[in-house]
Amino acid sequence: MPKDAPQLGCAQAPILKERGQHEVFCGLTSIVWLHRKMQDAFFLVVGSRTCAHLLQSAAGVMIFAEPRFATAILEETDLAGMADVHEELDRNVSLLLSRRPDIKRLFLVGSCPSEVIKLDLSTVAEKLSEKYFPNVNVINFSGSGIETTFTQGEDACLEAVIRSLPSSEKTQLAVLGALPDIVQDQMMRLLEQLGLKNVFVLPQVKFDDDVSIGKNTHFICVQPFLGASYEEMVRRGAKPISANFPFGAEGTTKWLWAIAERFGISKAKFDTVVAAPKLRAEQAVAAVADGLRGKSVFFFPDSQLEIPLARFLAAECGMELTEVGSPFIHKSLVHADLEDLPATTQISEGQDVDKQLDRVFDYSPDLTVCGLGLANPLESKGLSTKWAIELVFSPIHFYEQAADLASLFSRPLKRAELLKVGP
Amino acid sequence: MKLSVWTYEGPPHVGAIRVATGMEKVHLVLHAPQGDTYADLLFTMIERRNHRPPVTYTTFQARDLGSDTASLFKSACEDAYNRFKPDLLLVGASCTAELIQDDPGGLAEALGLPIPVVALELPSYQRKENFGADETFFQIVKKLAMPQPKTENISCNLIGPTALGFRHRDDVEELEKVLQKLGIEVNVVAPMGSNPADIRNLGAAHFNVLMYPETGESACRFLEKNLDQPYTKTVPIGVGALSQFVSEIEEVTGLTDLKNKVESRLPWYSASVDSTYLTGKRVFVFGDGSHVIAAAKIAADEIGFEVVGLGCFNREMARPVRTAAKSLGLEALITDDYLEVEAKISELAPELILGTQMERHIGKRLGIPCAVISAPVHVQDFPARYSPQMGPEGANVIFDTWVHPLVMGLEEHLLTMFREDFEFSDANGPSHHAAHQPKTIEKETIVEEASPQNGSSHVIWMSDAEKELRKIPFFVRGKAKRNTERYAVDKGVLEISIDTLYEAKAHYAR
Repeated sequence: MPKDAPQLGCAQAPILKERGQHEVFCGLTSIVWLHRKMQDAFFLVVGSRTCAHLLQSAAGVMIFAEPRFATAILEETDLAGMADVHEELDRNVSLLLSRRPDIKRLFLVGSCPSEVIKLDLSTVAEKLSEKYFPNVNVINFSGSGIETTFTQGEDACLEAVIRSLPSSEKTQLAVLGALPDIVQDQMMRLLEQLGLKNVFVLPQVKFDDDVSIGKNTHFICVQPFLGASYEEMVRRGAKPISANFPFGAEGTTKWLWAIAERFGISKAKFDTVVAAPKLRAEQAVAAVADGLRGKSVFFFPDSQLEIPLARFLAAECGMELTEVGSPFIHKSLVHADLEDLPATTQISEGQDVDKQLDRVFDYSPDLTVCGLGLANPLESKGLSTKWAIELVFSPIHFYEQAADLASLFSRPLKRAELLKVGP
Repeated sequence: MKLSVWTYEGPPHVGAIRVATGMEKVHLVLHAPQGDTYADLLFTMIERRNHRPPVTYTTFQARDLGSDTASLFKSACEDAYNRFKPDLLLVGASCTAELIQDDPGGLAEALGLPIPVVALELPSYQRKENFGADETFFQIVKKLAMPQPKTENISCNLIGPTALGFRHRDDVEELEKVLQKLGIEVNVVAPMGSNPADIRNLGAAHFNVLMYPETGESACRFLEKNLDQPYTKTVPIGVGALSQFVSEIEEVTGLTDLKNKVESRLPWYSASVDSTYLTGKRVFVFGDGSHVIAAAKIAADEIGFEVVGLGCFNREMARPVRTAAKSLGLEALITDDYLEVEAKISELAPELILGTQMERHIGKRLGIPCAVISAPVHVQDFPARYSPQMGPEGANVIFDTWVHPLVMGLEEHLLTMFREDFEFSDANGPSHHAAHQPKTIEKETIVEEASPQNGSSHVIWMSDAEKELRKIPFFVRGKAKRNTERYAVDKGVLEISIDTLYEAKAHYAR
């Protein structure tokens, strides 16, 4: 903790809203991790060669295990009306399902071209669901770049999943958001130790997992980009739990405490459960934070994780925030984290990348968090950078990953110090 | 509609970006939704470029579609001009913008900018990346190149290298060295490294060297027709091709005795006895047309492999690739369907694949070594060291690269001799590889247990024959198994004995 604690609170602060060139991925990119998370699901993008090329390029600049995603590439004949697009899609789906009989959930994913030609994928999905009932459940969502940014693809997918879930009056806790398996297990252990029963995670790993929602379902998001899913849960009568996101020792404690409070768990019991992992996390973060304290950081908009992560860096690692950009700000989700940011922080939403680049050079921060398209160009101009996409792919949530999260930010700085040669 | 898992080429606008990024003082305004900016990371990450590609993406959203995407395009153009002050503006549309038909060319023209504007037609639903690069460069040349007095000394242009090209950086350097040795000046290298003024000056050269037909052929044809510049047709990859390339230059320039001026180590390395074990190794060749044609020739004529299959993913090169296949008694596989290529490799069971990064992964799955010869590019295809494919050094690099994945000759024999030695086992892989890792005997037994029965054929392996098969080193075991089974099926033998195994061996002996 810095000695002179800065004044906190950005929830009411003016947000710099920009539009112009967005240097971000579209929602299709979410498929890269979603298909690994849902083991009986297949994602079929209905789009162009660009969509296929994006998925391949974004996938860790090429992962080559047999992927559970593919693209049905629209061709001239489809657009000119020479081929019936619905029939073509039908043909492609049956080809796919015959090759992959293990598929239980098929997501038909809309793209920019499919949206522009107004391809009605939801009707197609309904028809296909009937056709392949009960073996395959076909669900539609859009990952198009004209509607979704990067992680919003997971949001759109999850929203569609929630819509398809049955209702129940069961009292239960739903945790929204895909997490790496090991992190999810840690989280479930903590919740179990707190005495919570009937906890489930969305998206569910297998379609057959028994999952339902209703007015006795309480839910909390583990990712800040799930705005549409949040609203869909509320529409279904579920009760939201709001808290800081579970990054670092403090974030995790606040997140867990919000759940504990809702379910009437005593402070004493709570403290017994979290004391040891919390202390462990604090000590581990402290060791790493030495390299971060007093250093300034600038966030380009990328995954919507920016605001909660900025809170972690400022509050738990002693970093100074310059500008924190986010592609979208769902205030209902990130309210608590916004409130915990130093009041001097410039919050920005949307992007005009050229103007933002001018600002980053004005600030000349010690560390810049940005997308892959910007990182090397900024490094060559002497700025240390952290690839934002790594924050989406790495285990960073909860106590046991708190120090790993801090290390992701300290490593580029340490590296810059280590190297005795430069460009 | 075409179901696609992995693609060999990006959309045509990525080709346009490759040309723009390779050049200087050029800016491309691309009418595109957010997300298409992913293309930037191909250049900044895979190629490790230290500049953003000179591209402005208009970033229209769903809510703009009903209103005015055209004015968004115009303001993006104006802003880009004012900020970057390029000498040439390229405008085009990505796949989505093509559907909304805003006419970027007309809109940009209407702005009356004080620089030339080239409007690109990039049909996303018909063509692909290579077409986009070739077309973009052709349009730039058509707009800017004009007749010039020829240089006093004999000179040429190097045509075709782009950003994100497979070894383009080093091929250019190598050809510059070769041409210097031949006493020929290089006038302009384009698109990579050139600016609009250089393009205006293309006509000063006496002839063009077409380095990459995929990205430079249309421009070369235009220059031949309009600026009276002949161009070389042979891509100088491999010793034979290099020699043919030099002959073409002699013909075009009237210079003589150029041939002995460039020499590679490949011929001696290939002739030395250490390479005998390479004889007749069965290879499968796949990639872009130009690299495949060159690789097949090197494989067959310069290393002594047996080419058992070849093909390319770019349909534009189908004709010459078919001709190359025919000369080897093969039928070419022309497809951009990765699964089809995988099926073919699996069927042919070659000992080595000369392919792209896709085939490298196919090889990994099938347990077949692979050397990469062509795009699509991967971060590994931009090594820090000098590593051309063209010219004499290119031939050296190719010899090393192709031989490296194989188990070396003497090691092959030793592995057969010391089959029972648990530390000296073929399951460890070639000993010169970093991943070489001795395994325990138990592990090896488990790994091998299932292999003989797993065949798709209906013949049965008797247990003694099966044991014998396991004594054959892994890198030829698959072939031995396949040949024996095929032999058994042909002869109507239902049970494979040790005799069947050796009869098949004798039958397929070469």
